[in-house]
Amino acid sequence: MGVEVAVEGLGKSFGRQRIWQDVTLTLPVGEISVLLGPSGTGKSVFLKCLVGLLKPNSGSITINGTDLVRCSEHKLYDIRKLFGVLFQDGALFGSMNLYDNVAFPLREHTRKSETEIRRIVTEKMDMVGLAGEGTKLPGEISGGMRKRAGLARALVLDPGIILVDEPDSGLDPVRTAYISQLLVDLNAQIDATILIVTHNINVARTVPDNIGMLFRRELVMFGPREVLLTSEEPAVKQFINGSRIGPIGMSEEKDEATMAAELAAGFDLGADEITGVPPQLEPTPGLPERQAVRRRKDRVMRILHTLPPAARTTILSSLDPTDRFGR
Amino acid sequence: MSQPPNQPPTRVLPPPARKPFPGMAALRETGRLYALALEVVRCTFKRPFQFREFIGQFWFIASVSLLPAALVAIPFGAVIALHLGSLTTQIGAQSFTGAASVLAIIQQASPVVTALLIAGAGGSAMCADLGSRTIREEIDAMEVLGVNPVQRLVVPRVLAAMGVAAFLNGLVSVVGVLGGYFFNVIMQGGTPGAYLASFSALAQLPDLWISEIKAVIFGFVAGVVAAYRGLNPGRGPKGVGDAVNQSVVITFLLLFLLNLILTTLYLQVVPPKGA
Repeated sequence: MGVEVAVEGLGKSFGRQRIWQDVTLTLPVGEISVLLGPSGTGKSVFLKCLVGLLKPNSGSITINGTDLVRCSEHKLYDIRKLFGVLFQDGALFGSMNLYDNVAFPLREHTRKSETEIRRIVTEKMDMVGLAGEGTKLPGEISGGMRKRAGLARALVLDPGIILVDEPDSGLDPVRTAYISQLLVDLNAQIDATILIVTHNINVARTVPDNIGMLFRRELVMFGPREVLLTSEEPAVKQFINGSRIGPIGMSEEKDEATMAAELAAGFDLGADEITGVPPQLEPTPGLPERQAVRRRKDRVMRILHTLPPAARTTILSSLDPTDRFGR
Repeated sequence: MSQPPNQPPTRVLPPPARKPFPGMAALRETGRLYALALEVVRCTFKRPFQFREFIGQFWFIASVSLLPAALVAIPFGAVIALHLGSLTTQIGAQSFTGAASVLAIIQQASPVVTALLIAGAGGSAMCADLGSRTIREEIDAMEVLGVNPVQRLVVPRVLAAMGVAAFLNGLVSVVGVLGGYFFNVIMQGGTPGAYLASFSALAQLPDLWISEIKAVIFGFVAGVVAAYRGLNPGRGPKGVGDAVNQSVVITFLLLFLLNLILTTLYLQVVPPKGA
């Protein structure tokens, strides 16, 4: 069962350098959310704040009624057991083989027997497609395998929240698609709340229930996927399209003058414009249905009147008749 | 370039920098080093104790520092014995050569040699190990998995450094005294009986205690400094290299300062034999 994460007015700066401020969002129970943003907007910093590795300067992060920013260290270590975190490079322990890496959380936190540990570890390694690779060292395998092993390790304690830092970095498109499917399947199986930090548009368009975007030191928006995918906000639109036209520049952001100059010069788009809301990934046939879908539908219908018209139309047209009249 | 009129500047200027208090950074680093030392002491008594890690580290530190320690101890003991030998001959106190050299070796040379080797051989490896784990986010991952890296990794290492220091100190003392004996008796033609008999003329049991206490404290300092620099390296592989370098230098500085303080205290507190 997933856990809700409520972030209120979070701000973080390193010395004088402000990373972002006033970030407010709620990761709904059991749903998959994606946090987008150009490189260098502090997405990874946000993730590290969520798990308490970095201390935000202001705001609060509430999980199960505990504020992570202000709780004691002891409490923090307790709450962290709810988290499964997949770091960018897997962050495997270099001195242990894959099996010991995946077994590590079980050996540290549970009193399970070695036979039981073996059963759980084998199951999780099968799940990420690493069956029989347990004796290899992290230094001997490819980046994609390290990532999958890191995911297996994040899963052994049956976490309520899974945080994934750039699941696509260093992976080819096919492997990225597999990882995306894996995350959706996982969500269907254990109903964990998932937050994916990425700048891969494909992942953002097909995997999540909710999307948020960090830009210019703040959270531009966060809400149901339809809202961001149909948004007319220039930065969001530019990012989704991966084009050069818009407020995002090579180094973090452009100023208005450069932007106007570019528009005046009549830049061509360079690529086909991507619009519309593609269908979301479904769990692999045979797996249970995602319980989050039902919950999300109810939640979105309740806030429907607050959403922008374009998103509203898309959501309504995606409903099938049973949804509209069935209840 | 067309400048649109009446556009507010998009870049928000950062607030003006406060002028930092001079020496603030050094004070902060010192404070954090102390904080880690306290945390290590606190976590030492927290269960579960990482026994396997402790044994592994103990074995590792011992294996890298044992041979160099013995090899350094022989010439060190010899130099002291030779020096004292010629000095005591000049003032006609040959019968005390053994006593003086055994005191010098046990109280000063042995703990310092031990600590230099623990810091130079064991500490540098420990710092490099922790440093590379830090930059590969392994330490972060461990914290996120709900495991305190200080308790899991640092405490066994520091305790191992202290334990090895205690044993190594014994080894260096024995080898140093034997070296001194060899050079004094064989090279300078000293009297074997007088050399051995004079041991107990000046030396007393507390000298051995202070020697061991010093070694254990030095081991603790070497371990904590190496761990601190290892857990807070600079950026990238170069940062780890710098951290290792600094950890050895800082440890050496602290050791000699501590040695001065401990020696002064000892001489004040424990009355010399026969006084």
